[in-house]
Amino acid sequence: MTVVGWLQAAVVFALVCLLVKPVGAYMARVFEGERVFLSPVLAPVERGIYRLCRIDPAREMGWKPYAFSVVAFSLVSFLYLYVLLRVQAFLPLNPQGFGNLAPDLAWNTAISFMTNTNWQFYSGESTMSYLSQMAGLGWHNFVSAGAGIAIAIALMRGLSRRSASTIGNFWVDLTRAVLYVLLPIAVVGSLLLIWQGVPQNFSGYTTVKTLEGAAQSIPQGPMASQEIIKELGTNGGGFVNANSASTWENPTGFSNLIELVCIILIGGALTYTFGRYVKDQRQGWVLFAAMTTLFVAGFTAAYAAEAAGNPIVHALGVAGGNLEGKEARFGIAASALFATITTDASCGAVNAMHDSFTALGGLIPMFNMQMGEVVFGGDGSGFYGIIYYAILTVFIAGLMVGRTPEYLGKKIERREVQLAILAALVVPVFALVPAGIASVLPAGLATLNNAGPHGFSEILYAYSSMVNNNGSAFAGLSPNTWWNVSGGVVMLFGRIAIMIPVIALAGALAAKRAVPATAGTFTTTSPIFVVLLIGVILIVGALTFFPADALGPIVEHLLNQQGKQF
Amino acid sequence: MVSRSRSLFDRSILFPAIRESFVKLNPRVQLRNPVMFIVEVGALVSIFYAFRDVRNGQASFDIAISAWLWFTVLFANFAEAMAEGRGKAQAEYLRRTKTDTIARRLVDGREERVPATQLRRGDRVVAEVNDLIATDGEIVEGAATVDESAITGESAPVIREAGGDRSSVTGGTRVLSDRIVYVVSANPGESFLDRMISLVEGAQRQKTPNEIALSILLAGLTIIFVIAVATLAPFSIYAGATPSVVVLIALLVCLIPTTIGGLLSAIGIAGMDRVLQRNVLAMSGRAVEAAGDVDTLLLDKTGTITLGNRQATEIIFAPGADETIVYRSAYFASLADETPEGRSIVTLSLSKGAGDGSTVLPAGAVVVPFSAYTRMSGVDYTDGSQLRKGAPDAVRAWVSQNGGGKTDVLAAEVDRIARAGGTPLLLADRGRILGCIGLRDILKPNTRVRFDRLRAMGIRTVMITGDNPLTASAIAREAGVDDFLAEATPETKMTLIKREQGEGRLVAMTGDGTNDAPALAQADVGVAMNSGTQAAKEAGNMIDLDSDPTKLIEIVEVGKQLLMTRGSLTTFSIANDVAKYFAILPAMFVAAYPAMDALNIMRLNPHSAILSAIIFNALIIVALIPLALRGVPYRPRGAEAVLRENVLIYGLGGIIVPFIGIKAIDLILGVLHLTGAS
Repeated sequence: MTVVGWLQAAVVFALVCLLVKPVGAYMARVFEGERVFLSPVLAPVERGIYRLCRIDPAREMGWKPYAFSVVAFSLVSFLYLYVLLRVQAFLPLNPQGFGNLAPDLAWNTAISFMTNTNWQFYSGESTMSYLSQMAGLGWHNFVSAGAGIAIAIALMRGLSRRSASTIGNFWVDLTRAVLYVLLPIAVVGSLLLIWQGVPQNFSGYTTVKTLEGAAQSIPQGPMASQEIIKELGTNGGGFVNANSASTWENPTGFSNLIELVCIILIGGALTYTFGRYVKDQRQGWVLFAAMTTLFVAGFTAAYAAEAAGNPIVHALGVAGGNLEGKEARFGIAASALFATITTDASCGAVNAMHDSFTALGGLIPMFNMQMGEVVFGGDGSGFYGIIYYAILTVFIAGLMVGRTPEYLGKKIERREVQLAILAALVVPVFALVPAGIASVLPAGLATLNNAGPHGFSEILYAYSSMVNNNGSAFAGLSPNTWWNVSGGVVMLFGRIAIMIPVIALAGALAAKRAVPATAGTFTTTSPIFVVLLIGVILIVGALTFFPADALGPIVEHLLNQQGKQF
Repeated sequence: MVSRSRSLFDRSILFPAIRESFVKLNPRVQLRNPVMFIVEVGALVSIFYAFRDVRNGQASFDIAISAWLWFTVLFANFAEAMAEGRGKAQAEYLRRTKTDTIARRLVDGREERVPATQLRRGDRVVAEVNDLIATDGEIVEGAATVDESAITGESAPVIREAGGDRSSVTGGTRVLSDRIVYVVSANPGESFLDRMISLVEGAQRQKTPNEIALSILLAGLTIIFVIAVATLAPFSIYAGATPSVVVLIALLVCLIPTTIGGLLSAIGIAGMDRVLQRNVLAMSGRAVEAAGDVDTLLLDKTGTITLGNRQATEIIFAPGADETIVYRSAYFASLADETPEGRSIVTLSLSKGAGDGSTVLPAGAVVVPFSAYTRMSGVDYTDGSQLRKGAPDAVRAWVSQNGGGKTDVLAAEVDRIARAGGTPLLLADRGRILGCIGLRDILKPNTRVRFDRLRAMGIRTVMITGDNPLTASAIAREAGVDDFLAEATPETKMTLIKREQGEGRLVAMTGDGTNDAPALAQADVGVAMNSGTQAAKEAGNMIDLDSDPTKLIEIVEVGKQLLMTRGSLTTFSIANDVAKYFAILPAMFVAAYPAMDALNIMRLNPHSAILSAIIFNALIIVALIPLALRGVPYRPRGAEAVLRENVLIYGLGGIIVPFIGIKAIDLILGVLHLTGAS
């Protein structure tokens, strides 16, 4: 580990800390319909959208219509992308003349982008037309993130309202999230990326002759606009296969910095928005503190493991850290940082090959996802994820002070526990069960490139990533029907089966009245709450995966130490 | 009550509880508790595998695991049976009181002897000296002293009389003097005694809201662990290891929250039992739980904050009045006053020397009792002179009516006493004001300390009194309550409760009169005094058999302790999992991956590690039974301090203890050469 390495992480995190408050406060104003500096430009557009879609922005929804709208919107968006991918060959903006996608790949891809996962069983530069990239994948990159943010806001309303029957209007929240939050930042960010050298054009691919005399095709296309929302929307689906490791998507150290900040910007800022909603900033900061602690611990471990390198390589006389599968222009620290951040958040963009990390270095991204991606997390999903953990924490620990547990004055009773535990069940069920099947099913093993614990890690990583809607991969897996179909199912449940209980939770909490805090109330703004929250995330969330992890990266690490590799 | 001082492991409870532990193995009983049901299923499956594994030499391991799983279930059953045991013993005693009472029923004025079981609501029954009251009723004729010790455990007899707030009689109590006629108010099976039996026995016990929520959490965690363990089977097949079903069962049982799962119902029953030991009958566990959540306590001034009634503390003479005459006048004016206030004036004036002459009223003197109309009492002598004492304005009016002189005598003193929260009385003869008597509330000892304690727990205290606001605020200040309701009527009390509840607070109160009934029903925790009316007792969700209003504070503490015990043991149970992973996983996979031994941080013998973890898991339930029954130690403090301490003990302790415990068990197994197969 080096000072420069640590400084890189410090700069990224410092920038995020600086932006959390202004962006968070801005979002609070936007979602409550207050005037912001962009209103003169955007308010007419917003009104136009409502008029066009016949939305009455003043009409609020109960949790059921809200959930129904989310699901219906997701379904329609999914069908739209599925059809688009199946007929892209007949549509314009396809200079390379790519064909239509096969049904199972189109299903997997459409689900993947609809659920904000962006798991990619294809190479963008050799599969997707520019129209599919922009109007298909790009659309989802915005709206899936917007839907996540909308649900987070609905949950904040649930937590802050008293004896209310509504939690907001999904269409309004979605419109505002895209229009006021994602689009403006994306416009500025993509211009910065273009300045750094990311292409933005409709040209066909350029064929060049390399120094060795071979012909090489260099991809082109509207990359910068896609690239920025890939990070900002915690989507992660690269324009090209190499994702942010490629010189096109992520050419410089500065572009790397922009991308890293964008990945955790919204997730971090939403904690501040939350503080605004509940009129107690400390409530937001404690969540931010718990996230920060887990982030720092994860980065430290990943960086240490990668900097320590591989003992087998050391035995060959090559000293130093593990540089396999890393871009030399980023180096160990920036690669470990990117891997930590992309899995803390539900992004899935990568600037290095996670599969080539050391066993422990690869364990960290996997573990981050298995925690439920609540460390900043995906846009909106990170916030509502940590809230159901907070509710479980309050319930277990709050009893210890001798009262029916309360969170923000709302009594946590049967229904709240039921919904929180329902949400908490999703990740273990939909990651471990399919991983169990895949690890003995011939079709699951058929396309596995590695054997032993490392092969198992690849399976486990894939489902951990898909259920959490991350989208990063350990690689080593090639798509076949089993992977396409099961992956689609897992991604779908990983999104919808958490969203619905969360929206129901928002409704249940909104309906409650608030109990005034007394000296006998369990406070959720103290350092001890941060410790307890982290404890519950680790023990209830991640420890479930400990047996599986032990058979994957942990035993691989132990065997590496003995000189065995896979 | 009867068996208040039974020790925790009384033999008469212990042996039936052991028997009961086996009876409760019935899967239908276990099904109510999903966590323990899974353990029982695991134990059965392990036996099956033991038979199958006879040939390959694994049977002894299977049998050992199965045996300890059975113990785990038995220990949990035992905890529940122990908690139920006290109630059962008490119910047994009460049931004996109930048997073969013969009632004297009045039919058209004639008396007939019928068994108590034939009495119906509305029947009129006579009871005389030494008769048992057959069932609950309201006295309509007469008054009697009644021995209620069978119900309350209190041996001093109480007076019950027709009309007013002391008209109810309870089945199972005994008339000690006089004759009463009462109207039956409960059909067979619905009487107080019946309800009491079923409550202490726990027959009607339903899970409380918080218990249900916690059960859901535990069931959810159990599902998560079932998935985590079941998927280990294909994972280990991938790894080239043969998964043993019994080992997987052992891992599962270690991970699911068996400690809290096994003790949960015992904690709830014991909580109700602790209330019962304070001689309070809770109508439901829900009420006990709600007591822990109470935010506002409404406390009646009289009896809770102050010692009974006001007492005379000073007698001041008017300028020029003769000292002895003033004392004697105070004495005679109060001689016929039977109220506690009156008695206290007599006592005070006697102590000042009023009795130096004669303590007997002169012949022919007539006492004038207190009336609400005149607001005075006194004495008329045969010589036409009169003495009066009473409310200052009434006495002044009386003096000026009788052509007396100055009426503003002692005005400053009267004001002073009133401002300090006392009651000033004036004393006068026909022509002039003689003196002023100050009555004051005497605070119960340690009131301030008690209320400080409640405040530390985050509970607001509101004093309820019929006094005027001036008096009330003075007493409130002195006693250290947070707020007061002066000139309280049943209506204002009700309004206060609704206002507090409207702001999201839970309210507890005590009451005994019929006019308290609506408020008792409205309050979240309503404790009716056993001495009170039937209506009050039916409206409240708890009945204090000692009729002691200060009990409310203890009830709140029991409720808090109940919730704390649940939370602490849940935390402990979940925190235990960390060590169990490290005990079982290496042992499970060390054959497939010898490198896994690095995770064996306790350095357990791989052959006995799994058994050690299972034994620890079973024994910890037994070890925690006393804690579950007694509740975690409780001191009234702020939430922050309580949380810090409990997190350290049960959270951090819950992580550390099993590391030590499993290692110790493993060492013992090693010494005994019980390290399982091969």
